[in-house]
Amino acid sequence: MPALPLDEAGKYVAAAYLVFLALLLIYVSIMAGRLGRVERELSELTADVEARDRAREPEHVS
Amino acid sequence: MHGKGLRPLALLTALTLTAAYVLVFFWTPNDADQGFVQKIFYLHVPMAITALCGFVAGGIAGAMYLRTRSSAWDLRAYVAIHLSQILAVGVLITGSIWAKASWGHWWLWDEPMLVSFLIVFLLYATYQVLRFSIEDRERQARYASVFAVVAGAFVPINFAMVRMAQSYVHPRTLGTTTGGMPGEMMLTFVIALAGMALLFVTLWKYEMASKSAVAQVRALRLRLLGDDDPLPRRSAAPSL
Repeated sequence: MPALPLDEAGKYVAAAYLVFLALLLIYVSIMAGRLGRVERELSELTADVEARDRAREPEHVS
Repeated sequence: MHGKGLRPLALLTALTLTAAYVLVFFWTPNDADQGFVQKIFYLHVPMAITALCGFVAGGIAGAMYLRTRSSAWDLRAYVAIHLSQILAVGVLITGSIWAKASWGHWWLWDEPMLVSFLIVFLLYATYQVLRFSIEDRERQARYASVFAVVAGAFVPINFAMVRMAQSYVHPRTLGTTTGGMPGEMMLTFVIALAGMALLFVTLWKYEMASKSAVAQVRALRLRLLGDDDPLPRRSAAPSL
């Protein structure tokens, strides 16, 4: 097949590079979501530890 | 531990990939035969090479798991294969776009390179299914590692067989008897390949760091809550 003219070839080249960019963005956004979940779990754990420490404090005073 | 050095690595990856694609569009000449469409080559081929190397790396990590029985190696294999699967999806889509632009067809079933890559992709598509079907974590890691080793050995053999095949409809731009690509094209290709390999390593480290953080949080929760902590749900992903 003869080479496509630039205006027609450009669509295909843009589509290929956009596919790559889309895959990368989807991957990064999924990973960011997971990171958010880990951060939430860490906050919950920190709150649990603080609550436990507060509950123990009166024992140390007495 | 895996997050160490991630920021400079990510910066280096971004710089290398940006440099590669600036060279692709503003410096490298258009191909005499295919014209502007050949620019897809600088994305499609590095992605394919990186994906295939990632599958082989997954096989090596699988072999290391079988040798050491350390779950860290199982996780390394899992992440390498997972990333390679994502790149392989990109390879199939960009390859299809390139095929339509240069051959007039989205897919050619009589072209060994295309079909063999699809076979490799479909083979690895069963990896997650295999993992998910096994509940016992130790057995899951063992079976998945055997799969990774066998499939990882199949990848270079498959590639070599295709190269030895008689039909050469697929463009052979590297190492042809007529001398291969001109200097500018080769340099740009090497930089694009380095960028893609760096991207793979960066994302691998990123996902490893994320999975390690999840495992650490789970271990902390277990220590704090003890038996009150609900059991982790069944997953294809390994646990550290």
